[in-house]
Amino acid sequence: MRLLINKLVLILSTLAALLGIGFLFWILITLSIKGISAINLHIFTADLVDNGLRNLLFGQFVLALIAVVIGVPIGMIAGIYLQEYSYNSKYAQFIRNLSDVMMSAPSIVIGTFVYAIVVNPIGHVSGWAGAIALAIMMIPIVVRTTDDMLGLVPTELREAGVAIGAPKYKVIFNIIIKAAKVGIMTGILLAFARIIGETAPLLFTSGNSEFWTTDLNNEFPSLTVAIYNLATMPNEELVNIAWAGAFLLTMFVLIINLLGRFITKEKTK
Amino acid sequence: MESLFKRLSWISATTILLILTSIFVVLFLYAKPAIAEYGLKFLVDSRWGVEVSQPTKPQVSPSTKSSATKATPTTTPKDDNIAVNDEDIAVSDEDIAVNDEDIATDENVAVNDEDIAVSDEDIASQVPSSADEAITADDDIDIDETSKHTKVIYGGLVPIVGTILTTILAMFFAVPIAMGIAIFLSEIAPQSIAKPVGIAIELLAAIPSIIYGMWGLFYFGPLVASVFGGSSVSLLVASLVLAIMIIPFMASLTRDSMNTTPNVLKESAYAMGATKFEVIKDVVFPYAKKGIIGSMILALGRALGETMAVAFVIGGVFTFPKSLTDPTVSIPVVLANSFAESNGISLNVLFYLALILFIISFAVISFAKFYFLRDKK
Repeated sequence: MRLLINKLVLILSTLAALLGIGFLFWILITLSIKGISAINLHIFTADLVDNGLRNLLFGQFVLALIAVVIGVPIGMIAGIYLQEYSYNSKYAQFIRNLSDVMMSAPSIVIGTFVYAIVVNPIGHVSGWAGAIALAIMMIPIVVRTTDDMLGLVPTELREAGVAIGAPKYKVIFNIIIKAAKVGIMTGILLAFARIIGETAPLLFTSGNSEFWTTDLNNEFPSLTVAIYNLATMPNEELVNIAWAGAFLLTMFVLIINLLGRFITKEKTK
Repeated sequence: MESLFKRLSWISATTILLILTSIFVVLFLYAKPAIAEYGLKFLVDSRWGVEVSQPTKPQVSPSTKSSATKATPTTTPKDDNIAVNDEDIAVSDEDIAVNDEDIATDENVAVNDEDIAVSDEDIASQVPSSADEAITADDDIDIDETSKHTKVIYGGLVPIVGTILTTILAMFFAVPIAMGIAIFLSEIAPQSIAKPVGIAIELLAAIPSIIYGMWGLFYFGPLVASVFGGSSVSLLVASLVLAIMIIPFMASLTRDSMNTTPNVLKESAYAMGATKFEVIKDVVFPYAKKGIIGSMILALGRALGETMAVAFVIGGVFTFPKSLTDPTVSIPVVLANSFAESNGISLNVLFYLALILFIISFAVISFAKFYFLRDKK
């Protein structure tokens, strides 16, 4: 009887695993079939207005990049504070927990928040607002990685730095950050992969534009928002463009993730 | 330089606190008109965007006095002036309204008053009606009131229920499968299979949620509809898509905490002749209990705030789902769909909803953090 239950449970859990994995691969396969069949050269050379994706790809990339430029310094320095300067005080523990909570905050709420503080006072949507929303999403992730990675640096390195009389900020920048560089870079890469696929914070902050633009003060094209709009259109051709965009986005995110994984593996070898 | 950098790092860390508090404050400030208008009744009101006739003016203000004043004009039409005065007291904070109604008893001035009072946004809606009422004051008030006094009622119950239902159903579907995957990966599968599958699961957790939504709309929704009936956008489809989305996340977190069980414990159980199931049930689960429950709650928090995966497949209809295959709506979807074309009070209502969502998810995640994942650090 015991053995029977054991068999049953093992089979059930294997089946559950197969079911889950099957579903997940079904998604990937349909996405690839639909996406690859819709991809052609025209998509990369034309803007959305001419049924291409060029401006969307560029826009999404620029938004995510600006978010990195805003979010990474703040997040990294905050992480350095938590690990190096706070000496595990109550306040640091509090900030640490808060940042974890913020990491899982609903992204659409962050969108509404940025709408309230940026879009509403200005009066119209803008690329900057979208970038700020993404940066807010990114900060807690960077804080978490920096915090974790600096925690892995052995204390001896710090002591060695202090022993030769270097001020603390020099120890941090020249020794500790260098030692944790790979880990932090990987973390930032993964954070980048996460925010580049975000839609909800951009919906009412950066808007969407059908044209090629580099003006961040006005509505700005973004791939994810465009996918959301295009996929619900009755026009077959536009839906196919959405599939192509979705495929490119997924591939990009997956490649960045694999890259991050690869870098960590190389380092630990 | 040293102290400068120290200061700077402290400021950066405090930015996080600042952002979180300002999210609360800003959402609250923007939601305030809606909170003042509908109060906590918003949470249990199932009407959305319904125009209802409004018996008396003071109902616009949140005071409960409206019931008292409501009765007066209907019982004795001759006592109209007294009734109006009663209302004046009820809305005494709105100065212009008071002046307006005082003079409005004189029919000729009423129109002028209307012009003056239009400038005040808050009471602009009620002024024309009060002027109308004044003009026809000697006739029949009841008819006038029921036909002219309308306002749009917003209630948050449908989206709130929708959010909670989709989340609970999604958890119901996701937990067994995620547990299965985690058990399979950490206990059953040999290392050569567990590793690539584990990596695949983790990669799938990184796929943007909009992809899941799109797949649900075009492939999964029609399939579910053909099996269970109903339309291809429904509560059931939404929760299934949500479940599929959180499975990889939950599975990899659960596997990680199950892997922390020391091998010595498992080996001693096996040495006693325990079967694999007994080892998992009696050794691994108790040991990793906190981590597993914590990972479930984190996934729950993720499901609560998920927008894109749900927006495609839930339907966006403001009705209670009578069965699993009916379309309904959830808070993030309301926000995503109606935010762009809202202004005035309806925008405030949306901020109210966002605030509710934020508070719910904040509470859920903090709960998970402080009670289950605390000693993981």
